[in-house]
Amino acid sequence: MAATTPNWLRRSGTALGCVLILAWCLLPVVWIISLSFKSQIAITNGSPGFFPASGDFAGWANYRDVWDNDQFRRAIFNSIGISLIATLLSVAIATLAAYAIARLEFRGKKLVLSMALAFAMFPVVSLVGPLFDMWRTIGLYDSWPGLIIPYMSFTLPLAIWTLSAFFREIPWEMEQAAQVDGATSWQAFRRVIVPLAAPGVFTAAILTFFFAWNDFVFGISLTSTENARPIPASLSFFVGSDPFNRPASLLAAGAVISTIPIIVIVLLFQRKIVAGLTSGAVKG
Amino acid sequence: MKNIVKKYGDGFPAVNDVSIDVADGEFVILVGPSGCGKSTLLRMIVGLEDITSGDMVIGGKRVNDLAPRDRNLAMVFQNYALYPHLTVYENIAFPLRLAKVDDATVDAKVREASKTLELDEHLDRKPGNLSGGQRQRVAMGRAIVRDADAFLFDEPLSNLDAKLRGQMRTEIARLQKRLGITTVYVTHDQTEAMTLGDRVAVLKRGVLQQLATPRELYEKPVNLFVAGFIGSPPMNFLPATVEGPTVTLPFGTVQLPEERARMVADAVERLGVSGPLIAGIRPEHFEDASVLDTERGGSTFRAQVDVVEWLGNQAYAYLPFEAPDEVTEQLAQLERDLDGESLRTQVVVSLDASSGVTAGDEAEIWIDTSSMHLFDPASGANLTVG
Repeated sequence: MAATTPNWLRRSGTALGCVLILAWCLLPVVWIISLSFKSQIAITNGSPGFFPASGDFAGWANYRDVWDNDQFRRAIFNSIGISLIATLLSVAIATLAAYAIARLEFRGKKLVLSMALAFAMFPVVSLVGPLFDMWRTIGLYDSWPGLIIPYMSFTLPLAIWTLSAFFREIPWEMEQAAQVDGATSWQAFRRVIVPLAAPGVFTAAILTFFFAWNDFVFGISLTSTENARPIPASLSFFVGSDPFNRPASLLAAGAVISTIPIIVIVLLFQRKIVAGLTSGAVKG
Repeated sequence: MKNIVKKYGDGFPAVNDVSIDVADGEFVILVGPSGCGKSTLLRMIVGLEDITSGDMVIGGKRVNDLAPRDRNLAMVFQNYALYPHLTVYENIAFPLRLAKVDDATVDAKVREASKTLELDEHLDRKPGNLSGGQRQRVAMGRAIVRDADAFLFDEPLSNLDAKLRGQMRTEIARLQKRLGITTVYVTHDQTEAMTLGDRVAVLKRGVLQQLATPRELYEKPVNLFVAGFIGSPPMNFLPATVEGPTVTLPFGTVQLPEERARMVADAVERLGVSGPLIAGIRPEHFEDASVLDTERGGSTFRAQVDVVEWLGNQAYAYLPFEAPDEVTEQLAQLERDLDGESLRTQVVVSLDASSGVTAGDEAEIWIDTSSMHLFDPASGANLTVG
């Protein structure tokens, strides 16, 4: 009895640990939310408390102001569009590429994989300069494709690596069974392999979407107008009337709004990432 | 149905020059220890493995270069390979959906297959929620739902527990008899091979050893390998010196029946065999001499009993013996071929349950010499089959 830690102590220890980690991780996020509900004046005057002092509470005013801003709405639209297209394209291409890498033997397979990894490791900043010049010459500067292409060059390798690992996990027999059942290679791929790899596809999609959504360097360097400027870049241009006194509460509200799509997407996809979907396929 | 002569190799011939002619509606078993190429052979039939040389003929048509989907064969995989994202119904319907069969026909055929396999109440479930035996039946359902030219089974029962395996074995036999479809069945289990097959092909390292009915395999194995592989407990192998009808075994001398002695003498002369031979005697061809009421043909000898295992309906007694080195080596090699471990040299004897022999006794053992086989140690050939 004395030798073992009492059960309640161990459980409360676990709980305490969880609370500490959560506090550490979520504090900045919570603070941003707190900021977004304070009035502009309160922040300028300095409002140190977590909860707005009486009279400082701005309600939804900041959110309304941000949402009414054309520049902001346009940026949200750009971000969603660009991120979604980049995600769809890279997941579609990566699925095919990863399948080939996992299943087929061809010359240069190792090369493709290591090159993909090398591209993914390239520092983003080192590409911005050349891309800026190239895009201006080609005419892709300040356009959606001008951002989608560089995003894909970073997300594709990631997606290919994730997906090829997933494909490798799927037993060969599944596909052979489909072929014996009368499927062509394409049918076997589409009707058996892709559904089985769905968790992998969604994982890759989430990672890709994150990268595209959170990118700042490309977003700020390769755009100049609301034509294609994504949300992180747009927030940094969000100055308000007085350039020396940035509207912190408005920015906070903008930041909160711009995390909403990410949360929605994660919640949506998370349900698809069900581990052990292949259980029952083969006796293991 | 087919007539195949084929070699396969990536330097190593996994299947070497095997010809098997499977008749329409026949149930043929490919059996052998692991790594003998039986699964490879099956996969070549279905088209999942390339054929290096030789012809694969199905129904008079050479199919070497046809894709699996064009061969119209149905296969049950060792691990079932069910589609986990589809229900049992859709799993069974899968081949029909691919063939673009209309929904009404699909439904009728799936219902019929599920009725045959007693899967009716599981049709809406996913394979993940089924037991091993049920998954096995779904895999079979997927095979029987289409009108395939032949069924191919790749060790379908090896993942089931012993009891279920027995039931499914009977089930497969019944199904095959009822549907009358040509079937090729791969297994490493000799019980399955013996009970299911119309004919059994025994393979060893990619080479066909013998293709015969189960009875013939058991009673007239062509060589040491087949003799040792078929039967449980396996055939006993003893060093033997033959002089006319007299065979000297480690336990003493026994007399061969005249006819058999002549056959051996002929074979020895024809094949130029010299030195001692290997005698092969099945456990049930021994008996405790004291329980035999009447005098029968054969000889008796006395031997020390090491261990007795009494099973109720019969008893197994183990008699150790000393063997000369050359024979021991040959037998050890055989054991390795059969996936076994080289144990001590001993004879397993099946005795009547009423036998009072106990461990440590010296017993008088009767031996049915008319069922004794003699093998050439060098080639392994059986000298007692015509």
